[in-house]
Amino acid sequence: MRSDATAARGKLTAGTRAPWGLRLSALAGILFLHVPLLFILLYAFSSDEKTFQFPPPDLTMHWFSVAWLDRPDIWAALGLSVKVAAMATAVAIVLGTCAAAAVWRSRFFGRETLSLLIILPIALPGIITGIALRSAYSLMDIPFSFWTIVIGHATFCIVVVYNNVLARFRRTSGSLIEASMDLGADGFQTFRHVVLPNIATALLAGGMLAFALSFDEVIVTTFTAGQQQTLPIWMLTELIKPRQRPVTNVVAIIVIVVTFLPILGAYYLTRDTHDFSGSGK
Amino acid sequence: MDIVLRTGVMAATVTIACALIAFPIAYYAARYARGRAKAAFYIAIMLPLWSSYLVKVYAWKLILAREGVVTWLAGQLHLTWLLDGILALPVVGGPSLSSAYLGTAMVFVYIWLPYMILPVQAALERVPRSLTEASADLGARPGQTFRTVILPLAFPGVVAGSIFTFSLTLGDYIIPGIIGSSRPFIGQVVLQLQGTAGNVPLAAAFTVVPIAIMAVYLTAAKRLGAFDAL
Repeated sequence: MRSDATAARGKLTAGTRAPWGLRLSALAGILFLHVPLLFILLYAFSSDEKTFQFPPPDLTMHWFSVAWLDRPDIWAALGLSVKVAAMATAVAIVLGTCAAAAVWRSRFFGRETLSLLIILPIALPGIITGIALRSAYSLMDIPFSFWTIVIGHATFCIVVVYNNVLARFRRTSGSLIEASMDLGADGFQTFRHVVLPNIATALLAGGMLAFALSFDEVIVTTFTAGQQQTLPIWMLTELIKPRQRPVTNVVAIIVIVVTFLPILGAYYLTRDTHDFSGSGK
Repeated sequence: MDIVLRTGVMAATVTIACALIAFPIAYYAARYARGRAKAAFYIAIMLPLWSSYLVKVYAWKLILAREGVVTWLAGQLHLTWLLDGILALPVVGGPSLSSAYLGTAMVFVYIWLPYMILPVQAALERVPRSLTEASADLGARPGQTFRTVILPLAFPGVVAGSIFTFSLTLGDYIIPGIIGSSRPFIGQVVLQLQGTAGNVPLAAAFTVVPIAIMAVYLTAAKRLGAFDAL
């Protein structure tokens, strides 16, 4: 008996190392996810303007200066993208937090339906959201503007903020708020001193993800932008009618950096939140 | 109808390929990776998920182009005959990978892969270790344990992931526009109808197709317990 158990335990510890086949295929999968992005980096330095020849005939820094100096269209598109993303994130933070608070704190008729409806825009194909918004705009005679893009982006940015904040709310104990109220704080004071510090990192993480999401959104944007060019739209036109291909790579690197930083930031902000204050109820 | 069928088959193919590639990654991340390795895995999956869609498509255009990396690699490995052979296939082939269905499918798989990995990983992490130990104690070989214990329990996760890959492929119009043959997918038709043709009602009618397909799909997924795995 005893020896059987030891043998079984020995088998178990041996089993905690992954089989080679599994390790190899997992590694290959991860590489498959990352290697393509490296080629973007490489081709930004390619001296070959017309084709995607590999290996690149020569390496040059030329395209960075071209993008920097000769292409004001890039900077206009970048500026619009940043403005739209910032505004959509701001809208999403306010509305997403309110919605999350409502769903968390109270039970009301249609609560489940409401939470489903909030999550829906990110689950539906973007083209459906896009068509719906465009039809709505044209029915209401709203001309395309900065704000039509912001509204389009806010539909899915709210989801991200909502999910993050709701997850945090669920880990926050309701007794904290009750205690604050008992001690004589009014609603605003409670929000300012108790709720906000509790959800701050979730809010920031959600906001960063929303920003990243909005910054590289194309599909909803094509339906709500009219003639305006955000950076992804600019990239799309370059993809279809290329002018200076390596310049597109330079812009792609800018996009990668602008989206990766908030994602990493959001990850580090929400990483250690499993033992958050008040969760031990 | 041709268009609907083409889009549906593409979505199904992409979903199956995603499931096959995602499973080992999710399995490794859920069962073997610990501590820092696990965090690294998580970031490695999240970064491509959140990074720019267009940038990723563009990367594949570089890779699949006629004079690009794949052709070069095939040349280096003396496999040009294989590449040419694949491209010569009747339906999936084409003049180059970036103008063949095969290329379109590869890009779809790449772009939606993280959406499959995450639910599968979540499902696998919920499989209690004691179950696999019990199975081993009862004399099952690792392969048997995997087939009869882990796979059925992870299946709702795969279905949950397939909701994403399937629905996203159905609605996408940019990837088939940039990489692939010129025969259109549902999304592209919708775009053309509402944009250049100005026929918004017909475009709206076309969008009903993916909505209907997804409604059926979601009902089936609910039966299989996919929503508990999300």
